[in-house]
Amino acid sequence: MAERQIAFREAIAEAIKEEMTRDEKTFAMGEDMAVIGGAFGATKGLLEEFGEERVMDTPISETAIVGFALGAAIAGMRPIVEIMRCDWMTICMDEIVNQTAKMRYFTGGRPQIAVVIRTATEGGIGLGAQHSQSFEAWFTHVPGLKVVMPSTPYDAKGLLKAAIRDHNPVIFMEPQILYGASGPVPAEDYVVPLGKADVKREGKDITIVAWGGITPRVMNAAQTLADEGIDAEVIDPRTLRPLDIETIVASVKKTSKAVIAHEANKTSGFGAEVAAQIQELAFDYLDAPIQRVGAPDVLVPINRNLERIVLPGPERVIEAVKAIL
Amino acid sequence: MTNYERKGNRMELTKDTLLDMYRRMVRIRIFEEGLMKFDEQGLIPGTGHVSIGEEAVAVGATTAMGNKDYLVSTHRGHGHLLARGAKMPIILAEVLGKATGCTGGKGGSMHLSDFDRYILGTNGIVGGGINIAGGIGLALQMQKTDQACLCFFGDGASNRGVFHEALNLASLWKVPTVYLCCNNQYAMTLPLCKNCANQDISARAVAYDIPGYQVDGTDVIAVYEAVAAALQRAREGKGPSLVEVISYRLRGHSMRMDRMPGGSSYRPEREIEEWEESKNPIKIFQQKLKELGYMTDESATKILSECQKEFREAVEFAQNSPEPKPESIYEWIYA
Repeated sequence: MAERQIAFREAIAEAIKEEMTRDEKTFAMGEDMAVIGGAFGATKGLLEEFGEERVMDTPISETAIVGFALGAAIAGMRPIVEIMRCDWMTICMDEIVNQTAKMRYFTGGRPQIAVVIRTATEGGIGLGAQHSQSFEAWFTHVPGLKVVMPSTPYDAKGLLKAAIRDHNPVIFMEPQILYGASGPVPAEDYVVPLGKADVKREGKDITIVAWGGITPRVMNAAQTLADEGIDAEVIDPRTLRPLDIETIVASVKKTSKAVIAHEANKTSGFGAEVAAQIQELAFDYLDAPIQRVGAPDVLVPINRNLERIVLPGPERVIEAVKAIL
Repeated sequence: MTNYERKGNRMELTKDTLLDMYRRMVRIRIFEEGLMKFDEQGLIPGTGHVSIGEEAVAVGATTAMGNKDYLVSTHRGHGHLLARGAKMPIILAEVLGKATGCTGGKGGSMHLSDFDRYILGTNGIVGGGINIAGGIGLALQMQKTDQACLCFFGDGASNRGVFHEALNLASLWKVPTVYLCCNNQYAMTLPLCKNCANQDISARAVAYDIPGYQVDGTDVIAVYEAVAAALQRAREGKGPSLVEVISYRLRGHSMRMDRMPGGSSYRPEREIEEWEESKNPIKIFQQKLKELGYMTDESATKILSECQKEFREAVEFAQNSPEPKPESIYEWIYA
């Protein structure tokens, strides 16, 4: 029998549904996520399943969404909240960084701060510079947070279930370009552990580390390279904090070359951290400078051609690979 | 503005409770005066924010709380914790950065908590607790308990955007959280008239369709009654209230600022003297207790010296406590 294929957005909804069935302490809230099932349809069916006591539309109040979630977690609940877009996480940074990430520390390690903050991230659908940013590097910088960014429906379901079961605040970033992408997803219960990278494609010539929406493009690039006789290994860390650097370094020790690709702006992007850790741990194995692929230091424009220029595609990955081969 | 109307009998508070309230007010005063001396000697890492002059707010409000009600405090929260029964030695040890403190000496004055007593703690961000308190209320509502949450914040915090987001949502969902604005007339150095377009903060309750009350913060019983009524309303499922308590911060914004040259130039000396003389909540309450025949000069002195003794013992505990271990920096970041 063929494996069941469902869309990324359906995998998200299924993960939440399974976990809310499993644990009565969980509940979901956010803007427009109940009645219409979310701006991206990733919470469809939850209201019908669990009712308005556990699936709540909120006012456009990002600080209240996260702050209320934190308060509820302190009092023993396990909220799953949605900030519709990563760009708007900036509105509630105090609640995320100063409050949620630090509350366990400030209370002497007593409460579990089991808060999942889901957010749609990255660009690619023509929505411009306040609807297309990806701030994973902002959150990986903060002790107390975990940061997760799946690139396939399978990982989306398994990682979200792990995030909901985790006893720490998790920033769960869903690339908006991928919501409609389909892939094999088991209907049964499974978890993809946080902090574990996945080798998406094995290869011996070069290591490409990629996460988020660019990962399928990197896989396409790897195929193109394979056609030219270049055997690339593609690693998706999936969780950025804690980062599974061991898997990445093991690959670099094998290939001696590394390219890091993400969609966020290159300067101070999380790729810089990965590059730094690779050279700290595997400098002697490197045969060439580590290459980074990311958006140039400009804003994301709405014009389709311009947006394609800004957001890195497979050709930029291929270019980076060929620069060091 | 709505002045809180007395409905209950003031004397529902027993003599023992009233005397205990007085004692708790004195404890807070002694503790914070002691802290200021420590600070002058450079013994306090960073700083701390004392609530001298605001003791009736902390004691009146916490007396109205049930045993399992949650308390969310502010950066000026020693009084809230002590009034609620947190142990003075543990609090002092934390303020001094000792391993025996409630945050292992890593949080200090702005990060005090007592989870066993449902005290969420102080917060270094002005207005940081307002949303959190709403969320605690939401959890209590979902858990169908009869607990409630009391959230302290100040006139300064009332101008943060979170005030609006939290009160709107708390009212919309009728969560059992009572919002207590301790209006001590100054947001750091900014006086109320330069801080609030409408100086009646309680009037903002209209915008959220909740009751808003103004209460005299020098009258501990008035504070108790207003908060008790608001908590009762919360427990009945009728949602939050906004209680504005008019108070006065007799000392500077922080102990550090108090020591800065010109650090108190933003307000007239006469104003401070006037509140110190005629609106000192401890003096006022002592007078009331004497009128009721519950207190004499001797019994007042006895309470004072007992509180001083308690503070000395706390000092002994804190000073003899070990420094935090270096490896403790890694604790409590992740579960």
